[in-house]
Amino acid sequence: MDFLKISNLSKSYGGVNANSDISLSIQEGEIVSIIGPNGAGKTTLFDLITGVTRADSGSVRFQGTEMSHLPTSDIAKLGVVRTFQQTKIFRDLTVLEAVMIGHHLHDSTTLWQSLLANRAARDQKQNKRDHALEILEFMGMADMRDLITQNLPYGEQKLLNIAIALAVEPKLLLLDEPAAGMNPMESLRMLGTIRKIQETGITVGLVEHNMRLVMNISERVFVLDYGELIAEGKPEEIRANHKVIEVYLGRQASA
Amino acid sequence: MPRFAPKGILILAALAMPLVFNEAFYQHIMIAAVINVILAVSLGIIVGYIGELSLAHGAFYGIGAYTSALLMVKLGLPFVAAFPLSVASAGFMGFIIGIPSLRLSGHYFAIATLGFQGIVVLLIINLVDLTRGPMGLPGIPSPGTLNLFGWSISFGDKLPFFYLAFAVMIVVLILVRNLLRYKFGEAFIATREDSLLAASLGVQPRNCRMLAFVISTALAGAAGSLYAHYTMFISPDSFTLGESIYLVTMVIIGGRGTIVGPLIGAVILTGLPEVLRFAGDLQFVIYGLMLMLVVIFLPKGIVGLVDQFKQRGAPLGN
Ligand SMILES: Nc1ncnc2c1ncn2[C@@H]1O[C@H](COP(=O)(O)OP(=O)(O)OP(=O)(O)O)[C@@H](O)[C@H]1O
Ligand SMILES: [Mg+2]
Repeated sequence: MDFLKISNLSKSYGGVNANSDISLSIQEGEIVSIIGPNGAGKTTLFDLITGVTRADSGSVRFQGTEMSHLPTSDIAKLGVVRTFQQTKIFRDLTVLEAVMIGHHLHDSTTLWQSLLANRAARDQKQNKRDHALEILEFMGMADMRDLITQNLPYGEQKLLNIAIALAVEPKLLLLDEPAAGMNPMESLRMLGTIRKIQETGITVGLVEHNMRLVMNISERVFVLDYGELIAEGKPEEIRANHKVIEVYLGRQASA
Repeated sequence: MPRFAPKGILILAALAMPLVFNEAFYQHIMIAAVINVILAVSLGIIVGYIGELSLAHGAFYGIGAYTSALLMVKLGLPFVAAFPLSVASAGFMGFIIGIPSLRLSGHYFAIATLGFQGIVVLLIINLVDLTRGPMGLPGIPSPGTLNLFGWSISFGDKLPFFYLAFAVMIVVLILVRNLLRYKFGEAFIATREDSLLAASLGVQPRNCRMLAFVISTALAGAAGSLYAHYTMFISPDSFTLGESIYLVTMVIIGGRGTIVGPLIGAVILTGLPEVLRFAGDLQFVIYGLMLMLVVIFLPKGIVGLVDQFKQRGAPLGN
C-alpha cells in the first residue's frame, strides 16, 4: 500500500487546468520534491491534498483512507500537514504561543475540565508548552520564544512556519517553497532542517524553485507543467530528462 | 505579595460599595453595573476572541429575561429553575442563529445579527398574548427569599440582590477566564488570527466559532434573568438595537481581546449616564465622540493604554 496515493486528480479554475489528471505516490520515509514553472499547479496540488480546495475529480488516499472529501482539520488529524507559500504564522502571537497552537490536536482537555481549570487542564497546557519548547529547540529558535512572530527576521519566519506544522506531529509534512527568498546561507540551514525532520521519521513533500536544494535532498522528483505531470524520477534522471530541459530552458530562451 | 492579593482587595472593595453608598439610587446603579459586566464580558468572547461583531447581544439578553419572567409568571417555576432555563434558552437560540450566521464573517456576520436583533424585538412586540407586547410584562416575582440559619434574606431588597448578582458575575468571570485560558480559548484565538492556518493544524474553526457564540449568548441569558427579577417589569425597550450597540461600545472602549477590558468598559458606561445626566441628549453625542476617539487613538481600548504605560515602566528583559 502506498503511503500517499493520488489518482487522476483534476482541478480547473474557469478555463485554467490547474491540475489535470495527476497520479503519483509517495512512500513512507522519503523526501520527494514537486517542481515546475510558476503557475504549474504545485500549490494547487497541496491545496487539493489538504482539503483547502476541492478537486473536480480524482482521489487522494493516505494510508488507505480516502481524504478527498474530508475537511482540512480532519486531514491534519490523519497526520497530513502542510505549510503555506505565503508565510502564515499567527502574526500577533508570540513564537511560543503560535507553536503551542500547533499542538492543539494532542491537547485532550474537555470543555468541563477547562471551565473548571482543574489539574487535567493545567497539565495538558503544560504538556503543550513543553512540547512547543522542544520543537523550538529542535529548530534552533528557543531564544526567540517570547518574540511576536511578525517581528522575526524573514528567514526565521519561514522556519517558524515549519515549527508550527511540526507541533502537530505530522506523518507527512508538505512544505510549499520553504526556501523562497532565502540567501545561500539560509537555504543551507533550511536544507539541514529538512534532513533533520526526515531523520525523525517524518515523510516530506517539498515544493521548491531552488534547484540546488531540490537536487541535493530529494529521493524522487515530480515535474509539473501547465497542470500536468510531465516527468518523475531520481534527481539525476530529471536533470537529463528532455521534456524537463525543454520546459525550463525553452522558457528561459524565449523569455 | 501573593498573586491574588490585588484582585481580592478589589473584590472586597466592590462588596463594600453598597454598604458605604447605601442610598437606593447608588445601589441601583451598582446592580446595573454588575449586570452590564456580565453582558459585556460575554459579548467580549465574540468580539474579542472570535473577532466578529455581534449586534444581537441585546436580543439574547431579552430572550433570557422573557424566558425567565414567563417561566415564573406563567408556570410558577421557582427562580432556581427559571434562571438555568433562561441561560439554556438563550444559548439554544444562539446555536440556532449561529448555524446560518457563523458561516458569514466581517460585515456580513454583523448584518445577520442585526437582522436577528430586529426580529426578536418584533416578536416581543407582536406576541401580545405571551409578552403583552409594547406594554411590557409587569408583576415578575423577585428571586424570592432565602432562609439561612434562621435568617431570612429577601432578594426583593436591593442589597441582597446586589450580592446575588455579584456572585453570579464572579462565577461568570471565572468560567470565562478559564474557558479562554486553556485549549478552547487558544483555538478561538487561532481561528480569529488565521482560520485557514488553524484548520490546517487540526483546529475546527466552525466548531470553535459556534462554541464561543453559544457560551456568549447563554451568559447574556443569565444577565437577562437577573435583570427581569430585579426590575420586576420588562418591556421590549430594554432589549433593542440601541442596547446591543451600547454593549458593543463597552467592549470596545474597555479593550477587546481581554476580560478586564469589557469589565472596565461596562462599569464606566454604566456610571457615565448618571454623571452626564445634566447634559440631556448631548450625552449621546459624548458617547459617540468617546467611541470615535478610542477607536482612532486607542485601538486596544483603555486596557491597551494601561499596558502601554506598564511596558514603558518595565525594566528591560522583562
Ligand atoms: N483560487 C484560484 N482562482 C483562480 N485561479 C487559480 C487559483 N489558484 C490557482 N489558480 C491558477 O491555477 C494555476 C496554478 O496555480 P498554482 O498556484 O497551483 O501554481 P504554482 O505551481 O504553485 O505556482 P508558483 O510557483 O508561482 O507558486 C495558475 O494558473 C493560477 O493562476
Ligand atoms: Mg505555488
